[in-house]
Amino acid sequence: MSELRKTAFYDLEKAFNGRFTDFGGWDLPVRYTSQVEEHLTVRNSVGVFDVSHMGEIFITGRDALKQVNYLVTNDVEKLVDYQILYTPMMNKKGGVVDDLLVYRYNDEKFLLVVNAANVEKDFQWMLENNKYYTVIENESSKYVQLAVQGPKSEATLQKIFTDVKLSEIEYYNFKVVKYKNQDIILSRTGYTGEDGFELYFFDNIATEVWTKIFEAGEEFGIKPIGLGARDTLRLEKKMALYGHELSDTINPLEASLKWTVKFDKKEFIGKEEVLALKGKGKLQKKLVGIELIDKGVPRHGAILKNDKGEEIGFVTSGTKSPSLNKSIALAMLNKGYFKLGTEVFVELNKKLRKAVVIKTPFL
Amino acid sequence: MTEVREEYFYSKEHDWVKIDGEFAYLGISDYAQDELGEIVYVDYVKDVGDEIKIGEDYASVESTKSTSEVFSLVSGEVVELNEAVEDDSEVINASPYDNGWIIKIKLSETVDTSQLLSASDYEDFLKTL
Repeated sequence: MSELRKTAFYDLEKAFNGRFTDFGGWDLPVRYTSQVEEHLTVRNSVGVFDVSHMGEIFITGRDALKQVNYLVTNDVEKLVDYQILYTPMMNKKGGVVDDLLVYRYNDEKFLLVVNAANVEKDFQWMLENNKYYTVIENESSKYVQLAVQGPKSEATLQKIFTDVKLSEIEYYNFKVVKYKNQDIILSRTGYTGEDGFELYFFDNIATEVWTKIFEAGEEFGIKPIGLGARDTLRLEKKMALYGHELSDTINPLEASLKWTVKFDKKEFIGKEEVLALKGKGKLQKKLVGIELIDKGVPRHGAILKNDKGEEIGFVTSGTKSPSLNKSIALAMLNKGYFKLGTEVFVELNKKLRKAVVIKTPFL
Repeated sequence: MTEVREEYFYSKEHDWVKIDGEFAYLGISDYAQDELGEIVYVDYVKDVGDEIKIGEDYASVESTKSTSEVFSLVSGEVVELNEAVEDDSEVINASPYDNGWIIKIKLSETVDTSQLLSASDYEDFLKTL
């Protein structure tokens, strides 16, 4: 086994008593103290996640805009400078290579932020499909990333970045700010459903930036947050996790991401495949939210059955929701079971538990 | 600090057993509850009246992040499931050796404690982790 990769914040996280886990080859904190407490800290105040494992790929050149728009399903043409877009990137078989954020600097320079486990796959895919001869560079190893999330994130960061008015950075927009002569990308985005920022910078100022953030957030009870709470936070808000709600074989419509697929775009990889699934009644399965009526905690991979005991789907992600204090899950269900209120059964520990299809996001 | 109870016996899977005459109480160690984090639900796969053998699983302990099966260190008949755990499984986090016991078994044979870890064996084992 190869050694796990450590981020620039590893020692700082150890000092906070982080419990580490192997996350796609990275040694990252899954929690520090209590996962539920960390979850609620982000919902109610402010917390800091080390997400340095995420990938950063730059696409530049005269036709960068065309190229990025060709790679992804959402419409990059709509973006103005310093605006951000969430989008799937499809393969040619109807599945999804990855889901990512597209940052537009200008029409000749884009940053694509991709999932850690997919960096190499995505980079290769982009190179193979470089139709417009752009420059595609994988800069992932240069950047570290911190996500500062929660209602007090703006107040925390405003104390550090005194030259910018953070309230002027709108949701899904970014700014490149100077911190002691170094660039920091300040992006109003996140994976928690709360207000917040994601900060990208080089690792030489990692310790300093981390320390500043914790000093600034002290009055709000700022805490470092592990991957465990990151997962429950995103799940309550129905944000997809690649490998669970999305994969090489699940298409964006099945994953309830129709809003990210712009069929009227002239071209994009996967357009034909996804067009074939468009229209009433065509989807054979779809992602829905369920709530357990019986006791138990649904987990990724658990089988769903109908009242006749026939298999009708599976759980993609599930948890006991810390905010709602009930067991919730996202599930890929067969046609005929999408309607709110539909009763289904989840098989857990060889027993069937009653559940019901409910509205999402859960929170 | 992780607590290890003197009079209990342990397994390397961090299960414990406390023998009380013809009965035995089973649960998970302080180390185990700390590793798991908040325990949100205990899903019993054995019920009162069921036979249970050494090595058989009797429940799955669900934490916010994961599921772990727990195994019996003794053989006998299940006589009680801990109601306190069924009501609020975080009692295991708060009191893994006392109020947070998980199952009570009426022994069908004498427990061969030489097959189990004593408190000091278990403490030594924890140091290797």
